[in-house]
Amino acid sequence: MNTKFSAEERKGWMSLLASADEVRLAELWQEYGADPACEWLRAPEAGGVMVRGRMGGSGASFNLGEMTVTRCALSLEDGTVGHGYVQGRSKAKAGMAAKIDALMQTGAAAGLSTAVLEPLAAERKARKTARAAKAAATKVEFFTMVRGED
Amino acid sequence: MYVAVKGGERAIDNAHAWLAEERRGDTDVAELSYAQIREQLSLAVNRVMAEGSLYDPDLAALAIKQSRGDLIEAIFLIRAYRTTLPRFGYTLPVETGEMACDRRISATFKDAPGGQVLGPTFDYTHRLLDFKLAADGEVPEAPVADPRMEATPHIAEFLQGEDIIEREPSSDAVPGDLTREPMSFPAGRAVRLQSLARGDEGFILGMAYSTQRGYARNHAFVGELRIGTVPVEIEIPELGFAVEIGEVELTECETVNQFKGSKTVPPQFTRGYGLVFGQSERKSIAMALVDRALRWEELGEDNLGAPAQDEEFVLSHADNIQATGFLEHIKLPHYVDFQSELELVRKLRHEAAELAETLAAREAAE
Amino acid sequence: MPQQLQNTAYVGGLSNPPVVSAQAFRAAMNAMARPGRTEEINGAIPPDGISVAAGSLLLTLCDPETGVYLAPDVDSEVLRGWLAFHTGAPIVAAEQADFALGSWAALTPLDRFRIGTPEYPDRSATLIVEVPGFGAPNAVLSGPGIKDAAKMALPDLAAFQNNTLLYPLGVDFFFTCGTQVAALPRSTQISAEA
Repeated sequence: MNTKFSAEERKGWMSLLASADEVRLAELWQEYGADPACEWLRAPEAGGVMVRGRMGGSGASFNLGEMTVTRCALSLEDGTVGHGYVQGRSKAKAGMAAKIDALMQTGAAAGLSTAVLEPLAAERKARKTARAAKAAATKVEFFTMVRGED
Repeated sequence: MYVAVKGGERAIDNAHAWLAEERRGDTDVAELSYAQIREQLSLAVNRVMAEGSLYDPDLAALAIKQSRGDLIEAIFLIRAYRTTLPRFGYTLPVETGEMACDRRISATFKDAPGGQVLGPTFDYTHRLLDFKLAADGEVPEAPVADPRMEATPHIAEFLQGEDIIEREPSSDAVPGDLTREPMSFPAGRAVRLQSLARGDEGFILGMAYSTQRGYARNHAFVGELRIGTVPVEIEIPELGFAVEIGEVELTECETVNQFKGSKTVPPQFTRGYGLVFGQSERKSIAMALVDRALRWEELGEDNLGAPAQDEEFVLSHADNIQATGFLEHIKLPHYVDFQSELELVRKLRHEAAELAETLAAREAAE
Repeated sequence: MPQQLQNTAYVGGLSNPPVVSAQAFRAAMNAMARPGRTEEINGAIPPDGISVAAGSLLLTLCDPETGVYLAPDVDSEVLRGWLAFHTGAPIVAAEQADFALGSWAALTPLDRFRIGTPEYPDRSATLIVEVPGFGAPNAVLSGPGIKDAAKMALPDLAAFQNNTLLYPLGVDFFFTCGTQVAALPRSTQISAEA
């Protein structure tokens, strides 16, 4: 059941799923087609986490405020455990994330990655690039007009 | 005397029904969806998230709709909702140095690496009402340029090289959390920053302005102001590693403040810090100024008796939900309290009148 | 963790947490309010060696902000994993614990645990003592929550009496066996059964 994957890779896909747009994720998940049977180990529950910042951006930490998070855990029929931790309050999104997390640990990983994760990652990158391009257009180009000498 | 009274249920129900109708307004005008509020009144949404101390744009937009645009009422709704959420844990500190910046400016260094990026700012607008917006305005497309994808370093890092600015000591200490432990004084900088970050924008602005007008002036420059998104990571106990659980938009301000030095420290620049949920630059600059003013003791400066230097004063009055709760409760029935005051004043008046009569009678007799 | 061990950690949580934890909390509260009386408590199925009552108390009372001390006789990789998944509670030393779990022999001496401060008597530990049963009473209890007198089997008398002397400071106890829980708050006076 378990295929080889590193904690770093798992962290990568869980992170991608956490901030994915729910509508888009549902679309890709539906297109992927398979919806394996599973059992809840922890039914989806919404809660909060306290976000911390650093004094001066680099120093000791302090509590900034909370954000909403929904989490769940499930196991596939073969016993593989999947976790979903996603931003916001959508139980459906947490459930999809947990199923994908579980399947990514199985032989289904390659197909699922192509069908769901790669499009999500590409779209995320495109979104970020588009924003950065707009920011870049507002960068100030200074030019010196006259330098006074007297 | 204590008299318990009941009643008013029907009046209250009817008042709430009318409130719902008034909230909707003229039904010939299209209803607002919370998504419209989230997308088109995003700075109001940001303020509700910052002061409600809960990052969730959908909830904040709903709260604004429910409160008819009364932002303090909306913040109240968010604070109340927040208490119903189980706390899953604390995130790793967000790394603002890694921020994907929409805006990043420095008032101290023209040629800061990464440049002066204005972002979607109100600055340099003429503050003239734009009647095109009233007439179903078309959205012009924002121009684009070559994107810069690498992280933008903090300005303070450059000054640190010369030791000309104080260093922010790192620490593994668990920061105090005012949502868990009642505030006590001295509160310490971590709790101060938490309190300021969720404090009322108007109050923090007023306090910051007072320092600029001379009440504990600390000569602040905006070393850097940045707005953008950062990923948020949390350690998952059952996995044994940290994963990203989402992204938040933040506004960060770091001020560079003149400091003439103390017995142990040579003259150097000191720092004030502001960090706020969402795009909220007025609040973050104000927060940095007040943070710096509150640091007088740890920097060995004089207490000038200025309000912004008084930690107990600032932190105890910064929270608009505490303030409005106490303020507005005095409009609720105090019939019994007032009855006793009324009787007291009547009695005093009666005694005063009797005394006057006695004196008048005595005078007449003489 | 190996997969099998990992999966043991994930099972046995509260099936419907809002309802089940409220029922368990009610049982815990009633037990604490009526010292010496046993209450039914269930909902959790903890790893082998831990009673349903103790497991249900832990899942009801603990969260990421409560430090749990596991005495050597109950501490195991499996239990730690189970607690981490279902509560997120950090495992701490006895001196920092908000809650502690173990047999009476493994939890003593009691002076390791926090007893609160005069300003905050609540900053003290609550001990969950796994007992073999609620057998023949050897102690007579009186005080708040007890109309005249209650009787209870305690694993020791002197240690509990000394704890009572610390009032309003001190630790509080739950006793667990199977699906039953009884409690002994610091406010209860204890004397030997005549």
